Amino acid sequence: MDGLDFDIAHLFAGSLVLVSFMMLYQDRLYALLNVFALHSIVLAFSVGWQAHIQDAPQLYITTAIAFVFKGIVIPVALHRIIQRLGIHREIETVIGIGPTMVLGIGFVALSLAVMLRVTAEADRLAREDVALALSVVLLGLLMMVTRRNAVSQVVGFMSTENGLILAATGAKGMPFVVEMSVAFSVLVAFVVIGIFLFRIRERFDTVDAQALDRFRRTQE
Amino acid sequence: MHDLAVQGGQLLLVLLMAPLLTGFVRKVKARLLQRQGASIIQPYRDLARLLQKDVVLADNASWLFRLAPYLIFAATWVAASLVPTFATSLLFNWTADLIAIAALLGSVRFFLALAGLDVGTSFGGIGSSREMMIASLAEPAILMIVFTLALVAKSTQLSTISEVMLSAHVGLRISLGLVLVGLIIVAIAENARIPVDNPATHLELTMVHEAMILEYSGRHLAVIELAASLKLLLYVSLIACIFVPWGLVGAEAGLGSAAYVVKLAVGGAMLALFETLTAKMRVFRVPVFLGAALMLGLLGTLLLFVSRGL
Repeated sequence: MDGLDFDIAHLFAGSLVLVSFMMLYQDRLYALLNVFALHSIVLAFSVGWQAHIQDAPQLYITTAIAFVFKGIVIPVALHRIIQRLGIHREIETVIGIGPTMVLGIGFVALSLAVMLRVTAEADRLAREDVALALSVVLLGLLMMVTRRNAVSQVVGFMSTENGLILAATGAKGMPFVVEMSVAFSVLVAFVVIGIFLFRIRERFDTVDAQALDRFRRTQE
Repeated sequence: MHDLAVQGGQLLLVLLMAPLLTGFVRKVKARLLQRQGASIIQPYRDLARLLQKDVVLADNASWLFRLAPYLIFAATWVAASLVPTFATSLLFNWTADLIAIAALLGSVRFFLALAGLDVGTSFGGIGSSREMMIASLAEPAILMIVFTLALVAKSTQLSTISEVMLSAHVGLRISLGLVLVGLIIVAIAENARIPVDNPATHLELTMVHEAMILEYSGRHLAVIELAASLKLLLYVSLIACIFVPWGLVGAEAGLGSAAYVVKLAVGGAMLALFETLTAKMRVFRVPVFLGAALMLGLLGTLLLFVSRGL
């Protein structure tokens, strides 16, 4: 494989990790949604480049799905939900942004250390993609854990899913059926979460997930 | 012999160009704000005026207070003349090491903070403690940046790094982009520019650099101001030497110096534009801002491990 091809693939995958960190850094909900849209668009570019260098036309469909649904439709819909719910636009974090970033760097180091050792035999491109994809997944999980607001937890979930798609495309193309089912399951999850958000809001007057814990404690 | 001439020329060049760059940045900023602005050579006039004035010393100022300006100036000047500006064939090339430059700047900061504390006024103390807070994040960040560059170029010598950056071997690397952004953040913080500190203010509650040198006057102040200009020039030349080495390697001195002047002008104009577009940050936001530089450095290093050729 040509060096430049690999470099560009690395550029996109590395940018995806960087944008994950940018999501951890945000302290406003709208800004977070914009960064999430950027995350999905970078993913779309990354998958598109993989489709080009692997000669795998089915990956172009993945690109289109990532770009249209996750880059445009879902962020816009989440914008609407925030407006409709009229919730607090500041993100409340469980621990500060600084320690979260340090943890995130730790996760990236961990995933590189694990993946580079496990996949020593594999193709160079696949190794790099899988290692960076694992970092994106872990960063998405970290985001879900450290945020109190249900909307930002949803964004964390979606970015985790972006990481999974990156991993799957690196492994010499993903069967189209798998891709379609993943895309649909994300959409279904989105709808379910949307309804869920409205229900939480109706009952507790907030989308702060901690309110649920407090409610459970008072019930006991 | 040629190397000696180039090195001597560079020593003089950085000293003469530094106030000009400061004046240029001020002029561009004024024009962007639709003001006329002071003349571009105003910093030279300020220095001449300060040199003629008497030094007013506080009663309890120690020898350290009188000595610190010269130490600060000397260390900054040496650091600035180590960075290749218009040619890479310098006499002290073997010492032009990124870690050495970081160490020189670290000792400058140490003396500046000591001088701020020496007289015992509360502003000096505030300035010194804030400077140390900034430094505690900026120094690890710059070391991570050096580490990433050293991994790419297999050397921490600036002339070697420039040569590697100019060769096709370096390819397209995201780590270098991250490092560039990190270095710019560190440069802004270290030079006390907006959004970390405002170089044009004497508003007590927000200042960092100005608070430390509040007690200085006369030739001491002149020397410190010149050192601050030199530091700005150093960072612009450092970024130019690492990331835009065109016209620096293998070219003769005439072309190199023309390219250097263009690079300085572009760097200064971009700094002025950035400062005009951003607002000053609260002091307690600064650690997050600098933490981003540290994180970019770390991420740059980590991403190198999955890239080509390592």
